[in-house]
Amino acid sequence: MSVIDTVFGQLRQQKRSAFMPFITAGDPDLDFTADVLHALAGQSADLIEIGIPYSDPIADGPVIQASYTRAFDRGIRVRDIFRMLEQVTQDITIPVVTMVSYAIVLRHGPREYVEAAQAAGVAGAIVPDLPVDEAEGLATLCHETDFSLIQLVAPTTPRDRALRIAKMSRGFLYYVSVTGITGERTALPPELADNVAWLRDHVLLPICIGFGIRGPETVRQLASAADGLIVGSAFVRRIAEAATRPRHEVLEEVKQFAAELVGALKLS
Amino acid sequence: MDGLSFPARLHLTLIRIRLTIESEDGVNAGGCCVVHLDCHKGAWRPKDSEEYGLILRSKQSVLTDVPDLAGRFDRFGGRYVPETLMAALDELAVEYDRARQDSTFQSTLSELLSDYVGRPSPLYFAERLTKHCGGAEIWLKREDTNHTGSHKINNTLGQALLTIRMGKRRVIAETGAGQHGVATATACARFGLDCVVYMGEEDIRRQAPNVFSMKLLGAEVRPVGTGSRTLRDAINEAMRDWMASVQTSHYILGSVVGPHPFPRIVRDFQSVIGRETIQQCQAKFGRLPDSLVACVGGGSNAAGMFYPFIDHADVALIGVEAGGRGDAPGDHASPLAFGQPGVLHGSYSYVMQDEDGQTCQVHSVSAGLDYPGVGPEHSYWKETGRVTYTTCRDQEALAAFDTLARCEGILPALESAHAIAQAMILASKRPKNHRIVVCLSGRGDKDAAEVARLREDPGV
Repeated sequence: MSVIDTVFGQLRQQKRSAFMPFITAGDPDLDFTADVLHALAGQSADLIEIGIPYSDPIADGPVIQASYTRAFDRGIRVRDIFRMLEQVTQDITIPVVTMVSYAIVLRHGPREYVEAAQAAGVAGAIVPDLPVDEAEGLATLCHETDFSLIQLVAPTTPRDRALRIAKMSRGFLYYVSVTGITGERTALPPELADNVAWLRDHVLLPICIGFGIRGPETVRQLASAADGLIVGSAFVRRIAEAATRPRHEVLEEVKQFAAELVGALKLS
Repeated sequence: MDGLSFPARLHLTLIRIRLTIESEDGVNAGGCCVVHLDCHKGAWRPKDSEEYGLILRSKQSVLTDVPDLAGRFDRFGGRYVPETLMAALDELAVEYDRARQDSTFQSTLSELLSDYVGRPSPLYFAERLTKHCGGAEIWLKREDTNHTGSHKINNTLGQALLTIRMGKRRVIAETGAGQHGVATATACARFGLDCVVYMGEEDIRRQAPNVFSMKLLGAEVRPVGTGSRTLRDAINEAMRDWMASVQTSHYILGSVVGPHPFPRIVRDFQSVIGRETIQQCQAKFGRLPDSLVACVGGGSNAAGMFYPFIDHADVALIGVEAGGRGDAPGDHASPLAFGQPGVLHGSYSYVMQDEDGQTCQVHSVSAGLDYPGVGPEHSYWKETGRVTYTTCRDQEALAAFDTLARCEGILPALESAHAIAQAMILASKRPKNHRIVVCLSGRGDKDAAEVARLREDPGV
């Protein structure tokens, strides 16, 4: 039983969906990322995803790509990200998971990466370029240490394969809402809710929807469709302002946006 | 070990062998077994005699029976891509397997290769270049004479036919030097497919003639301004496009890189180069050459040239990476020489990465070789020792460009000039009865302006 399982257990009792913001580590620097983490934890986020900047992110749209570039401009290193997280996770109680390319995990060594992440208080990882067919080794390793390897299902995934992915996934199952890259969308595919509903009927693991969610309206529409919603680019776009504007203002706006999303989630 | 020779530098101790066992009634039965090898007086031998017997009777080489169903060339290759693309990669693998066994597909392709591309491409004895070097004979496999001016068309026609078989009407491609972009635009024009080519802004600048050609052929060229603005970023952008359009578009990858089944498909379509070379060598001088030389960026012309020769252990295979300005990080594009295995663009292979796994900047005077990764089969060939990889600096390639132009009246692509430079060094050290075949992968018209600019400003 991981910390993520505990969180979703509680949410199920409260009949609530999880609010899961995604932010990029080191955008524009790690001090500000730490501030944002504290702020989001204070605004009833249930879990936070931290994007580890990667040089060649093929699943990410322009907004998240640009945030990685800003982080690299300051020479961001994985060990510095973990050092920051080690501090922050002592203060906040919600689970933090990393979104990280397998290129990075493999270069560090899967065991070394998981150990370093756990030492920093990280509860799990989403590895978007490690499909289930290649994931067995890492999944076994993570399972041994109660580190949740969260797997993804896409709209292009056949149903039998989705069930196989769900079986290997831990913590929750990440349902990618759109066929495409990350980024805010004005509309999500009409079949999304049905597809997720089918999976929920067949899978015990909580299912969370990510990609494309831009604001309170989408959150209201999807709140009952899933066990949790992941909002990334919409936060990253707001945080990007911190490179050029007073940080306290940006932080206030991030808090306010989080509050709107939480409000929308409760209303539904 | 009859029919199978294991290179001295073989690193593996476990080898999977596919067997064809002929029973008494002549029926073939396939099968797999694992053979344990150990080093005995400097030679690799199976650990027990029963396994030795199996190897002696086996008909297929372990080195060419790759990749496996998961796209592995031993430990290299695989599929490290977002889940969104997995269904399309499966579909492509299945469709390619069907096409391979479909005689109509094969005859359509070979007719196109002969009547449209102009194959077989000549095997030409470079007499004056040979005299200039004063040693071994240098022969050129003239892929520069193909329609569109490079070997890239061999692959794009094959993949365009696959696109149609899959019922798709839109094609995406990346390009570095523009050769693959032009070859893709050409194949799409030929079959009436929509074509979008991603190209780094730096490459658009240095390969302008090819950009014009692509537009004339009806393709849309989308400039890529992220990262190093070269081939690597063009591949990222093409993959992102494919993430959103995967149900209606096919991504015609131009090299033996990327997730399975691309490295295999591109190698197979390019293997026409090596197959023709074998026949032409037999016809021209009655035996196989002693050495083959080809340049390696992603490695498609080298893979196509080498693959049919892999089992001919007497033929030395030499791949030439871009040595750039020097051996320091960022000054070259030689992952096999200086990198280590890692993941880039969907496959596990040698790559230039920092200690966090971030892809490093690389440099080459040649846009087609300016890439931090390399095809997984090359990594496999490097580790098994079957192919020797070396590097050639910018200045050596530019000098070879000049020499070939003056000695033979042929302008080579700057990519191919790297192979010419290495072949010239090799020829000068080998006797006159030694024969070297160089894959002249493309013509140099596209580079003329850039070479002229570099003459003015040699600070590359």
